[in-house]
Amino acid sequence: MIWQIELVLLVMVTVCGISALAVKDLLSAAILFGAYSFMMCLLWAIMGAVDVAFTEASVGAGVTTVLFVAAVFRTTRRTEN
Amino acid sequence: MRGMGIIVILFLGTLLIYCSFDFPIWGDPQSPAGSHVSSYYIEHTLEDTSVPNIVTSVLADYRGYDTMFETVVIFTAGISCILLLRTFKPIEPQTKLYRHISTGITLRIERGGKVPENTKEFERIDAGWIPYDLIVKTTCRLIIPFVQIFALYVIAHGHHSPGGGFQGGVIFGASVILFAISFDLRTAIRRMGERLAGFLCALGVFIYAGTGALCMFYDANYLDYSALSHILGVDPVSARSHGILVVEIGVAIAVMAVMVVLYYNLASAGKQDEGL
Repeated sequence: MIWQIELVLLVMVTVCGISALAVKDLLSAAILFGAYSFMMCLLWAIMGAVDVAFTEASVGAGVTTVLFVAAVFRTTRRTEN
Repeated sequence: MRGMGIIVILFLGTLLIYCSFDFPIWGDPQSPAGSHVSSYYIEHTLEDTSVPNIVTSVLADYRGYDTMFETVVIFTAGISCILLLRTFKPIEPQTKLYRHISTGITLRIERGGKVPENTKEFERIDAGWIPYDLIVKTTCRLIIPFVQIFALYVIAHGHHSPGGGFQGGVIFGASVILFAISFDLRTAIRRMGERLAGFLCALGVFIYAGTGALCMFYDANYLDYSALSHILGVDPVSARSHGILVVEIGVAIAVMAVMVVLYYNLASAGKQDEGL
């Protein structure tokens, strides 16, 4: 497709993934993971795998983020490492 | 130790990237994955199953076993979440908060105190969630029906457009979760209880596996939906299309119920009383 958009999305996927691992705040990590899923969803859509993109958007970016937030709400918000 | 970990990760990552150069080019028709069964699916899907969306027919018909056991995996996830998190002994919380609805005054009642149960004047509120959010509640009340109708559309329209049981079920479950977030967990549990959710988890898997078993009664293979033509009164090709719809509904029910069960147990730490 348009390689500039793909490049930007790929860079953002990498940045979101690494920063989700690096941040100490688990709520931020959950939100960054949702952003990561959404970027992956756009990448799937660009590659023509629309069904996978739909699944990624609903499961990865939607419900998983809510479940992570619920888990963070019930445990601690900070991580040691 | 940390340095060792980084070295190992860098080594494995480099190995992975190095190996990915041996992959066929994206979309290459000569690749091993694309040269055997893919061409059959692309050429024969419409005449075999009369489903325009090839992904749906591969997912629910040609590779029906895969999807059935994926549904079983999701069912197992829901069951194991209940087994791990649910506390079956009711634990009375230390304090309970009640709001007087007409004045907005909040009462804080210690354990053992007299609680205003079953009155129209007081409503119980969560200890961690005090604000009275009228705008959020009203907006969600308006949005939820449309989310649910969209979920049903996604399930029913999986034959023609992207979507299907998994996506539609997740969206439907998300609408229940949205209800639980915007009101509170107890209201959601009163509407869709734990027993109902658990029953629906099993019912979805049962619909899928039962459709497969029904085919065996008509001398066909397990999950060969063309045998359903005897029941539905249509030709075998349309019967495969209808069979796909039935199993998609089963998948959707199971996925929806599991998402709700996961949220109830995670948000309330298994107590199913006060939650997010």
